[in-house]
This record gives sequence, structure tokens and C-alpha cells, in this order.
Amino acid sequence: MTVESTAARKPRRSGAKRSTTARDAKKQPEGQTELVQLLTPEGERVEHPEYAIDPTPEELRGLYRDMVLTRRFDAEATTLQRQGELGLWASLLGQEAAQIGSGRALRDDDYVFPTYREHGVAWCRGVDPTNLLGMFRGVNHGGWDPNSNNFHLYTIVIGSQTLHATGYAMGVAKDGADAAVLAYFGDGASSQGDVAESFTFSAVYNAPVVFFCQNNQWAISEPTEKQTRVPLYQRAQGYGFPGVRVDGNDVLACLAVTKAALERARTGQGPMLIEAFTYRMGAHTTSDDPTRYRSPEERELWETKDPILRLRTLLTREGLADDAYFAELERESDALAKRVRDAVRAMPDPDDMALFEHTYADGHALVDEERAQFAEYQASFVTAEEGI
Amino acid sequence: MAAEKMSLSKAINASLRTALESDPKVLIMGEDVGKLGGVFRVTDGLQKDFGEDRVIDTPLAESGIVGTAIGLALRGYRPVVEIQFDGFVFPAYDQIVTQLAKMHARSLGKVKLPVVIRIPYGGGIGAVEHHSESPEALFAHVAGLKVISPANASDAYWMLQQAIGSDDPVIYFEPKRRYHDKSEVDTAAIPGPLHAARVVRPGADLTLAAYGPMVKVALDAAAAAAEEGKSIEVVDLRSMSPIDFDTIQRSVERTGRLVVVHEAPVFLGTGSEIAARITERCFYHLQAPVLRVGGFHSPYPPSRLEDEYLPGLDRVLDAVDRALAY
Repeated sequence: MTVESTAARKPRRSGAKRSTTARDAKKQPEGQTELVQLLTPEGERVEHPEYAIDPTPEELRGLYRDMVLTRRFDAEATTLQRQGELGLWASLLGQEAAQIGSGRALRDDDYVFPTYREHGVAWCRGVDPTNLLGMFRGVNHGGWDPNSNNFHLYTIVIGSQTLHATGYAMGVAKDGADAAVLAYFGDGASSQGDVAESFTFSAVYNAPVVFFCQNNQWAISEPTEKQTRVPLYQRAQGYGFPGVRVDGNDVLACLAVTKAALERARTGQGPMLIEAFTYRMGAHTTSDDPTRYRSPEERELWETKDPILRLRTLLTREGLADDAYFAELERESDALAKRVRDAVRAMPDPDDMALFEHTYADGHALVDEERAQFAEYQASFVTAEEGI
Repeated sequence: MAAEKMSLSKAINASLRTALESDPKVLIMGEDVGKLGGVFRVTDGLQKDFGEDRVIDTPLAESGIVGTAIGLALRGYRPVVEIQFDGFVFPAYDQIVTQLAKMHARSLGKVKLPVVIRIPYGGGIGAVEHHSESPEALFAHVAGLKVISPANASDAYWMLQQAIGSDDPVIYFEPKRRYHDKSEVDTAAIPGPLHAARVVRPGADLTLAAYGPMVKVALDAAAAAAEEGKSIEVVDLRSMSPIDFDTIQRSVERTGRLVVVHEAPVFLGTGSEIAARITERCFYHLQAPVLRVGGFHSPYPPSRLEDEYLPGLDRVLDAVDRALAY
């Protein structure tokens, strides 16, 4: 049994007096029964016939902690951008449940191909959050070893990584390994040819890959209606594998459905598409101005579905966490924020000669020549200074 | 294992076979590479002998072919992908340029991408549109890619072996109109460096630099010029990224003159880079400006016009005469 939130139903019942809410109502799932939900916006557990999950109180607190710390990290990064410490930041505000739910469904030997917004998934994979900031500060293009955490580098070109994930999954299958690959992309990327090609390849080769689309309703300023005329999860059917829409603000539903999809992939049943129906509460990036293209009412509506608030309601109501727990988590959040702040400010600029490193694995005569010329040019300044 | 005379396409086939035999991580991927053996039959018999898991027929989607090859390389495989024709590479250009070329640098050297992209290229076979292009400069311009082209069967065999062995992505341009040209291939030989140019005919008056399908034209031109008493040196570049400027420089320091020949449009092409660099390096040795002979700034023409578009013996000899007249 799935339950759609009353908050989402209201505009439709009220006859959609305001144009904004009329559009909001239209943005809700077409067939409500298709939306997998295990935790309502009111913080109540509900059952679903296919996706049962029974987390322990410790697991529930863990998911809550992940979401709170991820949100705090994200807020700190946004602040650091405003303070000029980062050139850009892509906030995940509002998408914590989609990322933590799916991220916590992973096994260590699974492999993840993220976009550039999967800070919560990176957290689940054990990537130090300070390492996510290098590319946004401009000191590198990705500051972690993908193979240390089975978490690939962020990919900026929309949708490219879905093909890398598919190829990697084809390799997993060739190796006879019992692992799965999780590929993230957004509603905007669903329009890209590469995503379509990754669906084709993964279906044809029965690759153990799960596509996790975070439909956060907006691709910068373009709404989902500008990307598709059918609900995104239904795209999978045309490629020959299942698609499911999950309440992306429900961490339990995201966890349960992703777990099932990964297990399906691991056991040779091929790819699956999960559409996490969620909302980007903030701007696309810090360069964006969402007030130009969406209404405050829309955000207010989605605030009633806040992923963190609903789990907190559950924890409180069922007595699974007390004030002391929440206070301790607050202190932990503060400490994380300070650690991130200090790390960013201490992040050194790369050495000049890094320009010539890592372009090629085996070396290249032109790089060697330009490195030597640049070194000589740099050295000429030292010589001039010494001359004075 | 001794030397054997074989066609350029057979040499590539033999090279792929050797690679599949010697490393279980090597995969062949592409459209029609399996049962058909490729539209040029270059992969003939490989799927039969190595199976569908090693020689993989793919969906007709070039970005998908290269994008999944990247993923397979990240998993530790060494994919050798075939793009059916030069003009069909562009749907994959994004994956090649934004992902394949840059991922090693992006990861600060943490990941390696040993992907080889084979592209039959160039004209002269009377094909329809998109089947005769020479886009090598578009790839050579991109840092992170290496770009090579063999001109004979021996190089076709060995350069492909070396490309597959490289941890860098390599674009391997196959001169399709030379597929049937035969020459000696010594599969037991020790090959020279992959990116070294080679003097294939010594001469004293002028250097002709060419690569891929144009090496034969350059050699024919040198032979024709010899009948008029002109001594032309021919350099086969073999690699367009990196370019072995040292070998060209040494040649030009001897001859004092350079003409670069390629099928691709002259404007902003490989020849432009060579002209600029050699002018810098050999300014006091040059007795004539570096001249270029190549395609025009037009789309590749319908095949009935391709003999006018492609550099032939006469256009090359005309440039030789102009350079010698200074």
C-alpha cells in the first residue's frame, strides 16, 4: 500500500486556485500507486507489498545522522562559496534521503558513478567530505582515488557517467563477480543520448547496473516537463527492464528499493531504473537564481515533505532518540562544519608544474618539451631576481 | 614467426589475434565486428575463435561503444573498439574528448584508460558521404589522446600491438585505401618506438613528410622527381600526437626544404603545426617556406570529385617544384 502525502493532494482537491499550485499539482506522480513510500511526510511507517524493510533503531538513527551531517556539510560548503573560499557549489539540499537511502543500500564491493551533486552518496562511501571540495575550490578535478572507495570521480558533462557505469558493470559480469554498479543522474540528464545508450547497452548485455535518477524537478531552470512527456521511471519499460518511482524524500523507501534493485543486478537479473521523486530545495549551483523560474509556494510545499524532518518525527514519536541524542548530533555537526571550513582554507594551490603532470600515463614528447620550456621561463625570473 | 608478406588489413587482424591471445583483458568491440568480421573484414574470424565475450558486437551507438569501453577500462580491461568509418566517430566525440582524454589527468593519475579506438579513415575508395574523412587533427589537438596511423603492413601490425600495450588512449587511424597493399611483416621483430617518425627514402634536395595513405603518394612523387634528377627524402610521420619533430628537423637541416602532405584539409591541419614548428626550429636552414599539400576547406566531395580533392602525384610534384624554385 502506498500513501501519497496529504500536502501533495491538497492543491488538487482545492481546485488549484493559484497557478503555481496548479503546476505543483501537475508535477505530482500521475499514478499515485506507483510511488513507493515507506515513511510518510507525517513520519508514519507504511507498508509496501514489494519493498518491505525492517530497520533496527540503530539503523534508523544512523540514517538520520547521515542525513543531518550531509545537510550540514552541504550548508557549510554553500557558506564557504559565499565567503569566496569556493568558486562554485552544487547543493544537495532536499535530496538527502535519495542519496543516503540509496548510498546505504550499497555493499563495499559495489561501484558508484556519481554526477557532481552526490555528496551524500560520497559520505556513505567513506570519501572524506573535504576531498569533495577541491574541484569546487579549483585546486583539482576530483581529489580522491576512485578505487579506494569504489566511488568514481564526479562527472560534470551530463549523463556521460551512465555509460561508464554500464561498461564497468559489463566488466563486473565478465569477471563473474558478485557486485553491482549504481549510476546516478538527474531528470535533465534523462534527455541525453548517453543515458538512452546506457539503457540500450545495459539491457542488451544484461549488465548488473542500477540507474538511480534523482528527479529533483528542475534542470537548472527547465522543469521536468521540458525533458519528458511520460514519467521518467516508465522509460525503462521500452528498454526491457523494470522502472520504479520511489518517494525520493523517504529515506526508507530509497533504501529498500535500491537494495532490491542492487540484489536483482547482483543475481544476474539485469539493470533497473529507479526514479527518486524529490526536490532540489536550493539553487542548481551557487551561480543560479531559482527565484527567476519558480515560486516560493512551490518550495514551501516541498518543505512539508522534508526528508530529515519526517525521520525525526518517527524517531521522536517511537522514542528511538531523545533530546540528548539530538544535542550530541548537533555538536557533531558543528565539529564537522569546522573541520570542513579549516580544511578548505588550508587547501594549498597546486604547484605550477602540476600543469604538466598526468596528461598522459606513458609520457608525451610535446608535454616534455613544453614542461622544459615553462621551467626555463619560470627559472628566468629567479635568475633576474638573483641578479638584483 | 618469421617474416611474412601480408596485406595491411590482414596485419591488423593478425595483430588483434596476437593481442587477444596474449592478454585475456583485451576485448574487441564495435558494430559488425563479430560474425561479419567488420565491414572491411579486418576482424574476420576473431569472434569465431575467441567468442562473443571477447569480440563483442555492439548496438549501433558510437557514444555507447566508447563510453562503455571507458567503463570496461576502469574495471581493468583493455578494449580495442572499432568505429566503422571516420565520419561516424562524431557521435562518440564527446566521450572521447571530455571523458577518455581527460580522466587520467582528472584523477591525478589514479586511473588509467588503455583504450584503443580504431578508425578506418581517408578517401580514394569511391564511397558515399561520411565514409572518406580525415579527422586526425581534431583528435591530435586534444591533450590526453595519442594519434597514430600506419602506412604499411608491418607498422599496422606493430603499432597496434604497441597501442594496445599503452596505458594511454590511442586513436589508431587505418588508411582504408591501403588495406589491400601488401608488405613484409616480421612478427618476431623488435619494433622501434611507437611515436618515432621514419625516413623511408633518403634524399638531399627536399623533405616530403607524410603519413598513413599519403606515404605511398610521397614515395611515388619522390621516384618521379628522381627521374628529373631531384633527390627527395621521404619521412613517414607515423604519429600525429606526439609528432616526432626531431626526425623532421634533422631531415630538413640536411635538405633545406619541406613539403608536408596529408589528405585532411590544409587549414589548421597537421601540416600547419609542422610548418610552424619546423620554421621555429630550422629558420636558418630553410631555403624555402614550408609548403603544405592537402584537402580543401570544403566538405569531403562526392566521389567523382575526390581525385581533385585528394593530393595526387601532380599536386605533390607541383609543390616540390615550387619549393625547389626558391
